[in-house]
Amino acid sequence: MLCGMERAGMFFAETAQQIPIDFATKAFFISVIATLLILFGIGRILKGRPDHFIDSAVVRNFNKRITSWLAMTTILSAALLFNETTTVVIFFLLSFWALREYVTMTPTRRADHRTLFWAFFLFTPAQYFLVGLGREVEVFNSKFDAYHLYSIMIPVYASLFIPFRTALSGDDKRFLERIAKIQFGLLVCVYALSYAPALLYMKLNHWNPSTNSLEPWQDRNVGLLFYFIVLVQVNDVMQFIWDKMVGRKVIAPTINSTRTWEGFFGAAVCTSLIGMLIPIVFAGRVTPFQWFGSGCMALVISVMGFAGSITMSAIKRDRGVKDYGTLVTGHAGVLDRIDSICFAAPVFYHVTRVFLERRPAATIETIETAGIWNLLS
Amino acid sequence: MNLTAATLSFCAKLLCGAKIRWINCQPDICQRIYFANHTSHLDAIVLWSSLPKEVRVLTRPVAAKDYWDKGVVRRHITKALKLLLIDRHEITARRSPIQLMMNEIGQTDSLIVFPEGGRSASGELGEFKSGLYYMSKKRPELELVPVYMDNMNRVLPRGEILPVPLLSCISIGAPMWLEAGESKVDFLERARNAVLNLKSED
Repeated sequence: MLCGMERAGMFFAETAQQIPIDFATKAFFISVIATLLILFGIGRILKGRPDHFIDSAVVRNFNKRITSWLAMTTILSAALLFNETTTVVIFFLLSFWALREYVTMTPTRRADHRTLFWAFFLFTPAQYFLVGLGREVEVFNSKFDAYHLYSIMIPVYASLFIPFRTALSGDDKRFLERIAKIQFGLLVCVYALSYAPALLYMKLNHWNPSTNSLEPWQDRNVGLLFYFIVLVQVNDVMQFIWDKMVGRKVIAPTINSTRTWEGFFGAAVCTSLIGMLIPIVFAGRVTPFQWFGSGCMALVISVMGFAGSITMSAIKRDRGVKDYGTLVTGHAGVLDRIDSICFAAPVFYHVTRVFLERRPAATIETIETAGIWNLLS
Repeated sequence: MNLTAATLSFCAKLLCGAKIRWINCQPDICQRIYFANHTSHLDAIVLWSSLPKEVRVLTRPVAAKDYWDKGVVRRHITKALKLLLIDRHEITARRSPIQLMMNEIGQTDSLIVFPEGGRSASGELGEFKSGLYYMSKKRPELELVPVYMDNMNRVLPRGEILPVPLLSCISIGAPMWLEAGESKVDFLERARNAVLNLKSED
């Protein structure tokens, strides 16, 4: 175990803090936090105004959101500036808390107890441990890509383990329903969210317009992760504003009475435009995307963020709660804040991977089988 | 507070994510008997550690002697938390647990009791044992405070050793007293309903 820890420590250290973060990325961080601070100030001023000037419930909602985003972005940027491992740990804690809220809200039976224990204390930490190992792990003198394990562990192995462990407990009441609940919780709260910090470990190319070719992106991906989180939040705000301003046609009234088609399309357009602006304003140094690619990625984020919040609304409706925060009085709802991130992260990751990931010089077969041959010989 | 108590209460709080709600009741150092539903081993420690520090040092959980007086670890915990151990099996007039509790708390301490007498496996609130009635008969001025602990049976149910860290909620309700001339059955029913009402008050 100790040996394993030391090895792991060595792997973690390898990836972190080799390349300094460039000025444009820092400027992006600062401008986002500054914008939130200004909004925070506006919220404070509005709070002091008399009620008839503006709806006080809206102001309260606005203030609550801004405060939690300010906290989230500040913590996230501090972690990102520090190193990759810290960021992974923060996302692990977020996942753990989200799963906690999810299972608290989901009715489980007494016989599910031990399955839930493994979900919390085996699969959740293991997923983030693998993400934190990075994409090039030295195992038996050959390189192993942890992606091959963390991308299938929960969808394949956990989904086999959960029904098995639940079956062992000997309670067959609503068996399929119970295993589906636990599996879905792990998928959304842990697996999907872990793709956000996994962005940090990608080796990417970027398009160089002057030479008209793909070149290695010489940067840590901190800007990419921050860009992703910021765009998800921007999309949430845009949907909120468009729904309030021009929203007419409610998409699924029984699921979520505020989400409208106008809000969806309005937000998609606005988020894409903001996505296009980011590479232009920050000289293409924050992410490897050019303005067009960035706009497309923002569109992907917008659609998936919308999907996330609608889906989680359906679960909340089913359970008869409005916010995850209110299910146990006084707890802040983490799941309310990250539902859109959860849905957008895996898609954002894979689209980026398809278009921009740098392929290793050797073929994948050589890398993967070398370790096994070493063991056998 | 000693190290064992501090560690235990920190871990219990972390595991249960307990949120404490005072409903028509304020934390106070006056002598009280907190009576709660009992579904998990963690109940006493979580409730105890959720109380404000000034109250906590004066509050002692009541526990079963047959369980807590066995082995080095349990005895150590008993000492650290100042548990008040009651023999569930040998209750005689001479060795009355009520008299023991009254002697132990004197004129300063408060108690945490679980009037169901044991942990319920299903999470439903069982019938109350009569101890609560006799205690208030002896000391009618003690404040009886109902407590409902939600979700604890899912965190660590009876018969499990591995916890699942869900979020739980502790509701503490308005104090009550034994009314003049109130019968044992009526009083116990009223006390039980006080706990049940906290459950529905979400």
